[in-house]
Amino acid sequence: MTHQAYAYYPGCSLSSTAREYDVSTRKVFEALGLELRELEDWSCCGASAAKGINHLLGLALPGRVIQQAEEANLPLTTPCPECYSRLRFAAYEMKDEATRKQVSQVLETEIKNTGAIEPTLKIIWQYDGDLRIKKPLTGLKAVAYYGCLFVRPKDVAAFDDQEDPRSMDDIVTRLGVEMLDWGFKTECCGAYLSVPKPEIVYRLVYRILKGAKQAGADCVVVACPLCQANLDTRQKAIEERYRVHFDLPIIYFTQLMGLAMGFSAQELLLDKHLTDPLPLLRGKGLA
Amino acid sequence: MARIGIFLCHCGTNIAGVVNISQVREAVKDIPQVVLVEESKYMCSEMGQGGIREAIEKNKLDRVIISACSPRMHENTFRKTVADAGLNPYLLEIANVREQDSWVHADDKEAATEKAIALTRTAVAKALLNQPLTPKRVGLTKRALVIGGGIAGIQAALDIANAGHPVVLVEREPTIGGRMAQLDKTFPTLDCSSCILTPRMVEANQHPNITIFTYSEVMSVSGFVGNFKVQIRQKARHVDSVKCTGCGICWQKCPDLVPSEFDTGLGGRKIIYVPFAQAIPNVPVIDMPNCRYVKHLEAAKEGKKLPPCRICEKLCPTGAIDWEQEDQVLTEDFGAIVVATGFKPFDYGRYTEFGAGKYPDVIGLLQLERLLSASGPTNGELKRPSDGAHPKTVVFLSCIGSRDERMGKPYCSKVCCMVMAKQAILLKDHDPEIQPYVFYIDVRAGGKDYEEFYQRSQREQGVLWLRGRVSKLYQDNGKVIVMGEDSLMGRPVEIAADLVVMATGMEANDGAVDLAQTLHISYDTHGFMVEAHPKLRPLETNTDGIFLAGTVSGPRDIPETVAQGSGVAAKVLGLFSKDELATDPTVAYVDAMRCTGCFLCAEVCPYGAIDKEPSRDGRLLAKVNESLCKGCGLCVAGCRGNCINLRGFTNQQVIEEIMALCR
Repeated sequence: MTHQAYAYYPGCSLSSTAREYDVSTRKVFEALGLELRELEDWSCCGASAAKGINHLLGLALPGRVIQQAEEANLPLTTPCPECYSRLRFAAYEMKDEATRKQVSQVLETEIKNTGAIEPTLKIIWQYDGDLRIKKPLTGLKAVAYYGCLFVRPKDVAAFDDQEDPRSMDDIVTRLGVEMLDWGFKTECCGAYLSVPKPEIVYRLVYRILKGAKQAGADCVVVACPLCQANLDTRQKAIEERYRVHFDLPIIYFTQLMGLAMGFSAQELLLDKHLTDPLPLLRGKGLA
Repeated sequence: MARIGIFLCHCGTNIAGVVNISQVREAVKDIPQVVLVEESKYMCSEMGQGGIREAIEKNKLDRVIISACSPRMHENTFRKTVADAGLNPYLLEIANVREQDSWVHADDKEAATEKAIALTRTAVAKALLNQPLTPKRVGLTKRALVIGGGIAGIQAALDIANAGHPVVLVEREPTIGGRMAQLDKTFPTLDCSSCILTPRMVEANQHPNITIFTYSEVMSVSGFVGNFKVQIRQKARHVDSVKCTGCGICWQKCPDLVPSEFDTGLGGRKIIYVPFAQAIPNVPVIDMPNCRYVKHLEAAKEGKKLPPCRICEKLCPTGAIDWEQEDQVLTEDFGAIVVATGFKPFDYGRYTEFGAGKYPDVIGLLQLERLLSASGPTNGELKRPSDGAHPKTVVFLSCIGSRDERMGKPYCSKVCCMVMAKQAILLKDHDPEIQPYVFYIDVRAGGKDYEEFYQRSQREQGVLWLRGRVSKLYQDNGKVIVMGEDSLMGRPVEIAADLVVMATGMEANDGAVDLAQTLHISYDTHGFMVEAHPKLRPLETNTDGIFLAGTVSGPRDIPETVAQGSGVAAKVLGLFSKDELATDPTVAYVDAMRCTGCFLCAEVCPYGAIDKEPSRDGRLLAKVNESLCKGCGLCVAGCRGNCINLRGFTNQQVIEEIMALCR
């Protein structure tokens, strides 16, 4: 196998609320022989506020990250769909020569804008070697929830079908999990509205969780820290509000990979979720 | 010395409003050999043409230049005019100062006048080298081939046959009837589709002038208008159609069921089957890959044992089952070819947001037709596919594979709005408790009594039409949840439906592009075949003697399709009214003394008009088949040895034109 290294950009979520995504991603990459070299001085991707306040700032922030990867002369990767989206948007807009020059001027460094930018999900999806599974996760039923950002918009970011993506389903199926078909793969989770308009998030997340439950899933597999946060942290409140019982753990696909590769649930920070996945995993003899 | 007359047309203000005609007159009157310059407000009018005739006779003109509109418009008119005055029509030359000048340079009158002068001068230079040409005459076979046995093809075949000419109708399915046979009722009259179709099918079958080849396909076509040679492959039915009486014992007793193509997969059919009860011919075919006996034979080859079955063979009272039957290839002569191969419904499974075809209670228009039809899989009882329940809330989604650039289908399929109105009304007829909803972009109800029909669906039947698109469908507890938008109310709408119907648009049929290539006719980016002129020659193709009818050239409804079937018959009969055909003499010819036989000309010829003919020393040389040649000139430009030339447009004439332009 050829050794492949990537410039790794974890982003803010993965160094705070979604630390388990970061930890499990690093473990999985290492186990697969893929090297992640974290950018030394990375900064915000501009996702939440910057792009709305100032368009140029919204390009310059991800531009800075792209420029650092260029300096390292490595393809750039990130697990976070928000970061990925901002990076791809910046690269897309910088195809326009004037924009590229303008961003370079702001950063006081020339951006070439020629390097690859891929999400970790795609890299693992296209990894055709042995997944080094020690303990297949048989008996587990799950649905894959991609969220809205990973595959949209088509011209900028898509690496999978816009309405019926398969990447995560394919990966987790290889772990021995039974992946169920359902209708909410790319539904909106409410994202930032979590703070200003939580009632919208409640409604949207309720529908997603209900869909997952009806499909017969034991848990929801995700690849986005914001989706995970909304589906996990709001779940209790939603159960109370709608008088239902979901108890659906929201697990990162990299955590399931790590589990199948033989890492312990604690190593993968599976005990960090609010909707505790451990009873489910122990019940199936998987943790 | 030639005697040239120049006629300058004003075309009302079309030309004269931009081009300064008197300036043109001044500039061209002194060109050597020009003896006359005249003007007319409308040269194509009877008066204008009379003036040309008179001038030719009075001034003994032997070349005529008409400076007017495009030759595509009036070349034939003016050729006839000069011929009436006793001049060979090919001594006429047209300078196009309208489409190529006054219309496109209206903002610069001075330059337009200068260009008009140059174009007229160029025409003079070319005309000096024009030679009198005479068309050749060839005979024709007064026998028509109709490809496609749907309503368009049946109508065309009947009209041609009733006029007394033999017709061969080729259909690739085991029966004629086409899409119309699958429909329940037709808009806006709600008469039963098969009740009006099957008498036509029977009439075609019994017509002494019509021969029907079902389960057959056109393999190759050669020749030219009046003289086509066509190879037709008749696929083996494995049933002897002479011995078979259509008693039906074989398909009653056949033990296996597979999804029925005719019932769009909703019902089953046997392995030996006729697609539907009124099929013509009433002779079954055996679906060999699914047959137990065939599987038995294949297993035996691998040393495995499977029961042989052969029940149909044992029970057939006339011994019509023929396992040894093979495909047959027939070669037939025809004078004209009608292409009426129809459409297929768009595959709604390509819409992943609507379940990618995985939700059983999300169906297409054609499926609903079968569910509503008394001859359908449920005998006309409306049951939804998942659990057989009677749906109460039915939602239609318009423009599935129409007006959707994302699917590469920007065009409107024209009939779906009316089909939805019809099906919604039929649902109400089946069960008044059903509430149909229709999500639409625009309602397109252009056609006689169509708007009234659509209004009726709203006012009398209570069908709810909601303007807006649907973003997503998902299954929830036995319902299909429709998430859409009512853009008139400006708010999102959610409907829990029992059944969702996708208004699938029309797509070019499978194999349309291959057939177009076999026939050397053009097709558009969507696979629809292209008319010779979208308005004035809608039934003809750019290849003489090959005609189009029905949805093969684009979406249309039944009345329009039938009208095209009859129209195309008129075209064929017009052709057959002649005993011989005149060929256009402006074709290419090869100088055999200089031809090296490289056949680059044959490679570039789009019409297959280059023959290979042995010379006296045995080498193969190029020879132009004058009946096939369209005079496009590709071979002339392609010939390395400069030994092909085009009558009426020789290389020398092109050079003279360029010289005149550069003067």
